[in-house]
Amino acid sequence: MTVSKDWPLYEIFIRARGGLDHKHVGSVHAADARMALEHARDVYTRRLEGVSIWVVRSTDIVASDPGEADELFEPARDKVYRHPTFYDIPEAVKTL
Amino acid sequence: MSSTLESAAPATVAARFDYLLQLADTSLILGQRLGELVGHAPAIEEDLGLANTALDLIGQARLLLAYAGEIEGRGRTEDHLAFLREQHEYRNPALVEQPNGDFGHTIVRQVLIDAYQLELHDQLQNSSDLRLAAIAAKALKETRYHLRYSGSWLIRLGDGTEESHARVQQSLDQLWPFTRELFDEQDAERALAEAGVVPALADVERHWSGRIDGLLREATLQRPASTPYHWFGRRGVHTEHLGYLLADMQFLQRTYPGATW
Repeated sequence: MTVSKDWPLYEIFIRARGGLDHKHVGSVHAADARMALEHARDVYTRRLEGVSIWVVRSTDIVASDPGEADELFEPARDKVYRHPTFYDIPEAVKTL
Repeated sequence: MSSTLESAAPATVAARFDYLLQLADTSLILGQRLGELVGHAPAIEEDLGLANTALDLIGQARLLLAYAGEIEGRGRTEDHLAFLREQHEYRNPALVEQPNGDFGHTIVRQVLIDAYQLELHDQLQNSSDLRLAAIAAKALKETRYHLRYSGSWLIRLGDGTEESHARVQQSLDQLWPFTRELFDEQDAERALAEAGVVPALADVERHWSGRIDGLLREATLQRPASTPYHWFGRRGVHTEHLGYLLADMQFLQRTYPGATW
């Protein structure tokens, strides 16, 4: 297991079917992006989970600070009117 | 062709049975070898990668052995053929029974055989035997990935550090002589090739050689010179390593005949 310690971490995103978005499924260690794709294929698509893979260096992901959750997310809590649930949908509209 | 087995001449049946065993045993024995690495690869991701390849190979062996059993017509199933034959009845080239060695050694063995299977499966897709063609077409997709995996590792290790370069070059020198029997065409096989059932080995060798040269160049490795070679696993003459592998693989069926799970 000494090798993987030196390999950077990559986050793996899989698209389950054409038309769907890529979803985060986990991470792998790899020496570079190509190897990360192969590792992702071998680790996360063994049971036909996907048709497309994205890999991103974990260090390239900028994450929000959990300590700032209050100011980032709390203000939305009392603004339910932002949900589009205050409209009557006409009968004729089938797909919304 | 595939639907007229019953009317085929006995010599043809024997040749086709033997050829199917060669294909099947190559995948079966290599799959068993790779299976030994489960839990021992240098990283968990490689562990899964090698295990995936092993499972692909064993899956190919099952399809081929089941078909071989039908062609033989003596009621032997894929399990009979996989687990209850004697060493000299296995028809895999001796290359695939060679021990795993270090990771680089495993990769070199894998590249040499992946490139071989790639050409074989590619050409077998056009076999006049439609069932064999279908098996080859399925296996080809798997084999493309196998070579992508092993080839990229060969390049990383060959064109890597001084240490990794020296070690894979040494493995290449050691395993290279075993590639000779891959292209040793026997009379029965030549007859099958002429009938359009299997590819001519000279063609397979030309493509294999070109592909291997390309990979070795990129990996900054030297192609070893040809040397005399004594083992012909495809004719049942194996190295001592196969016996140990079979003892391991056949243990359960030999000890508990007919055991299932």
